[in-house]
Amino acid sequence: HLSLRLSLYTHSFDEEEEEAKMFRNQYDTDVTTWSPTGRLFQVEYAMEAVKQGSAAIGLRSRSHVVLASVNKAQSELSSHQRKIFKVDDHIGVAIAGLTADGRVLSRYMRSESINHSFTYESPLPVGRLVVRLADKAQQVCTQRSWKRPYGVGLLVGGLDESGAHLYYNCPSGNYFEYQAFAIGSRSQAAKTYLERRFESFNESSREDLIKDAILAIRETLQGETLKSSLCTVSVLGVDEPFHFLDQDSIQKVIDTFEKVPEEEEDGGEAEAEAAAAPAEQGGAGDQDVAPMEM
Amino acid sequence: LPVWFSINADYFFLQFTIPIDNGDSVKTAEADSQRTLYPYVTGTSIVAIKYKDGVLMASDMGGSYGSTLRYKNIERMKAIGKHSLLGASGEISDFQEILRYLDELVLNDNMWDDGNSLGPKEVHNYLTRVMYNRRNKFNPLWNTLVLGGVKNGESYLGMVSMIGVSFEDNHVATGFGNHLARPILRDEWHADLSFEDGVKLLEKCMRVLLYRDRSAINKLQIAKITEEGVTVSQPYSLKTFWEFKAFNNPTAGAEGSW
Repeated sequence: HLSLRLSLYTHSFDEEEEEAKMFRNQYDTDVTTWSPTGRLFQVEYAMEAVKQGSAAIGLRSRSHVVLASVNKAQSELSSHQRKIFKVDDHIGVAIAGLTADGRVLSRYMRSESINHSFTYESPLPVGRLVVRLADKAQQVCTQRSWKRPYGVGLLVGGLDESGAHLYYNCPSGNYFEYQAFAIGSRSQAAKTYLERRFESFNESSREDLIKDAILAIRETLQGETLKSSLCTVSVLGVDEPFHFLDQDSIQKVIDTFEKVPEEEEDGGEAEAEAAAAPAEQGGAGDQDVAPMEM
Repeated sequence: LPVWFSINADYFFLQFTIPIDNGDSVKTAEADSQRTLYPYVTGTSIVAIKYKDGVLMASDMGGSYGSTLRYKNIERMKAIGKHSLLGASGEISDFQEILRYLDELVLNDNMWDDGNSLGPKEVHNYLTRVMYNRRNKFNPLWNTLVLGGVKNGESYLGMVSMIGVSFEDNHVATGFGNHLARPILRDEWHADLSFEDGVKLLEKCMRVLLYRDRSAINKLQIAKITEEGVTVSQPYSLKTFWEFKAFNNPTAGAEGSW
């Protein structure tokens, strides 16, 4: 219990205001217990787990969806965790939070997608997949006291008859549709960047969309030099099945805006309070960018 | 769960063998009455072609009870959802069962209310799964189905048989139509037929079937499906000619024969 309280206080502070009030209380032991104010605390704690994971970003235009993530490795010796999964040729998912939970849900999505394809010889509409996913999270979440919510947020991007879509599924079982979104640690920086530019995304070309995704990823790095080895980028669109961009392509895009090689700042120890300031500067756009002050 | 996953609970307790007549009268009688062994009330051929604006399908309105032409007002073509038209030959009650499955499918699809809708390709594939699955359980739906439709400007025409054989083509025919109508279609069908030419072609096929198929009756309907939707014509008859000289006095050369 003590460790739980500690973790609630030491997470990064670049979140919404409400969570500052999260104390341990007597209504949070069970997922099936309501608080007197009508909250399910275990569900809310599960949403916190999403913020622990490294950042994942999604954006869409009318015809394409780009999913990108930061490659976090446990140590220099290990490889980084996979956070983006192909669900079908026309659907991809990026996760943040408990990656183990994310893997299981990705497998569920793949299974639903392939069953639909087999019966109807036709791709499963993303909107329907997302609802089934949300129901599964809901069922597990609140209906049974011997289960716990999934501790992972999913950015589901896909294409169907009605166009390109990006959805965010959270552990509470809610899902929302977005033009662009970011989840995970330091995602607020990316969200600020995206908020400034999202109105143009619908008409963006595929290349601009990819560039914006990588720039948004850079926001979450808070001073670390952006290298292609630090991020994973995936694209899907009309006439373009889901696939990952290889390191060279990513590096090429990075080179178009990181013309000035940055001096090595002090690692990635981000003082999260200052998240807002670098975000303003980084968001200055696609032109030659001044090195971030950190 | 998809419909074709539903298993008749009785099957778990009964022997699942094909009855062989070896003189044994105790033949797991219950098992037999649970599955289709032969058809009872059947419809005859369906003929369908793709044309310029979509698909045209023709069928007569007869339901035969063995060799008796018992029912003369059976509609064997029905609209499915917004984009498809289903025609069936074979056992009429199985056709009605299929219509109920599809009703449920279309209802659930509509309930999503999300801008996506089942097109002819999806319905055709679903039916293929259902028919093949039933065949695997030795309990077929005794029909040959013709599925036509138009979605997003693309015409679609396919067929599924009672054993689950399924394919698409520009023109299809079931039952006797396979033998009598198909050769005509192969010779005379071409892409972008106008509506009038398409109807003429179908009527030519139906007339041949009327002359030669004993379970055909002279009361047919033609259905049209285009991007706008489905229309099924009122029943009408074809003009026939029976005054061929050879038929006039057929027993002239051999009195007493017929």
